[in-house]
Amino acid sequence: MKITTGKVLSYGFTYLCWIVVTIITILPVWWMFVISARSRVELFDNPTLFIETFHIENYTGVINDPTFREYMWNSIIISTSNALLVTVLALLATYALSRYKLVGSDNIFFTTLTQRMAPPAAFLLPLYLMFTQVFSFGEGRGRWDLYDTHIGLILLYCIFNLPFAIWLLKGMIDGIPPELDEAAYVDGASTLVVLWRIILPLAAPGLAVTLILSWVFAWNEYLLAATLTAFDARTITTGLAEFVTVTGTNWGEMAAVAMLTLIPSLIVVAFAQRYIVRGLTFGAVKD
Amino acid sequence: MRKARTGWLLLAPSLIILFLVGILPFIYVLYVGFFDWNLFSASREMNWTGINNYRTLVFDELFLDALGVTIAFTAVAVISQLVIGFLLAQLLLRDFPGKAIFRTIHTVPLMIAPLAIGAIWRLLTIPGFGPVPFVLDNWFGFDYNIGTSATHAFVTIVLMDIWHWTPFVTLTMLAGLSSLPLEPREAALVDGANRWQIFRFITLPLMRPVVLTVLFIRIMDALRTVDEINMLTNGGGPGTATRTIGIHIFRVVFPQTDYGYGSAMSLLTLYFTIVACWLLFVSLTNVRRTAGS
Repeated sequence: MKITTGKVLSYGFTYLCWIVVTIITILPVWWMFVISARSRVELFDNPTLFIETFHIENYTGVINDPTFREYMWNSIIISTSNALLVTVLALLATYALSRYKLVGSDNIFFTTLTQRMAPPAAFLLPLYLMFTQVFSFGEGRGRWDLYDTHIGLILLYCIFNLPFAIWLLKGMIDGIPPELDEAAYVDGASTLVVLWRIILPLAAPGLAVTLILSWVFAWNEYLLAATLTAFDARTITTGLAEFVTVTGTNWGEMAAVAMLTLIPSLIVVAFAQRYIVRGLTFGAVKD
Repeated sequence: MRKARTGWLLLAPSLIILFLVGILPFIYVLYVGFFDWNLFSASREMNWTGINNYRTLVFDELFLDALGVTIAFTAVAVISQLVIGFLLAQLLLRDFPGKAIFRTIHTVPLMIAPLAIGAIWRLLTIPGFGPVPFVLDNWFGFDYNIGTSATHAFVTIVLMDIWHWTPFVTLTMLAGLSSLPLEPREAALVDGANRWQIFRFITLPLMRPVVLTVLFIRIMDALRTVDEINMLTNGGGPGTATRTIGIHIFRVVFPQTDYGYGSAMSLLTLYFTIVACWLLFVSLTNVRRTAGS
């Protein structure tokens, strides 16, 4: 390949732009990491981007805190259950939307989209009233309602995760030739056997992406968790927000919690980066 | 042809859950919205008021203010992201060593919890030890304070959203650009078209469906933004400068336990969103159809 000045300049320009963009992307996160490594006293030193002494107490203090541990467990339980539930239900639903001629299925498909796009804030009060007034049994001390329960959050994260999963999987299931399942039906297989033996293996990558992204969305959710839990089902994001509302925020510990919150995100980016675009556009744009 | 009954059976669990948590609550608040029902008022009973809640709502300055902030924020942020993202996608179009690394790092903000993004930006801009006010003050003598200046706060939430979501635009545009057919471009080159003409008359029309998809998703998501702004400006401060509809409901209306009025506002917000979603979606499918034929 011949190297010309124009080529050098244009490659140089590309690199320069991307180095700047990368720095802009990383610096804020790095700064939070720096803060998470500082003690209260060091906090108001002049800003430097280097970590001289690592104040590990910010992390150990948070991790050894029983409340925070419970928040973390709640988050793990809720995200995992929700992701599994959503993936299974979406597989069934998408198969039905893709292979059966159902009256009004286009409307159902669009309705799920509006649910995904609806502002969560509009759901706060309706869901709060629903959880405390409608889905409740018994009176007095034996009273049980969905408010502040794991199952409550697991179900309501379906509002945005289920439509997302259905839209994402639709393209992938449509891409599996129907002749394959027709052949299996001719051989006498039942619908569930076809799903298990034919669709599941072929859609496995799509299902994995659905599972992972649903998990992250549930893990990252804050607004609904903050409003619909009080003590027992609080999640890690509400824990992070609580750090700030308490007077005299301990910024170092807050940064440590935030760092712990974003570990799963970083892992996902590292392993599923290829599928993130397809996931976020609901399969509309193939990467 | 298999029986439709099996199809409905497969669809049923999803539909039941979506109905219970997504639709039923709104049917309930449609009912509550016609009542005066406030846990803090003298009578904690539900009293019928007809459309009074809605009548108050359209003259509620706080609500209209929040609506204005939401729309301004969405417009400025989404347009900036579209422009920056498109330019960055152009820069990723050709192969160069290290491209994969740049791309991966660029993806990071998309997966971070919005609340954590708010925390990150809070630490960046906090007066006292944040590096942004420090640098602006010491290097440029510019007094930057998001705690007191409405303009600074608004610019900061827009910049935060640009930081958060431009990667989404870049990567989607890149996917779109790299799947464009090469023939029209080559034909135009043979005919002696210059770069601008190729961009204007070939790339842009071919990219229209992708651009509109991105626009649709970004607008709908920006209208929903709550977590990061709430965290960064501590509930939409200073004053109401960065208080979006979502924050208004979350921080002001919800704690007031004015259930009747809050119901009306929730319903109206949802209604606006569905209409916006529907309008954007219809125009999108129309464009897709014309582009496909």
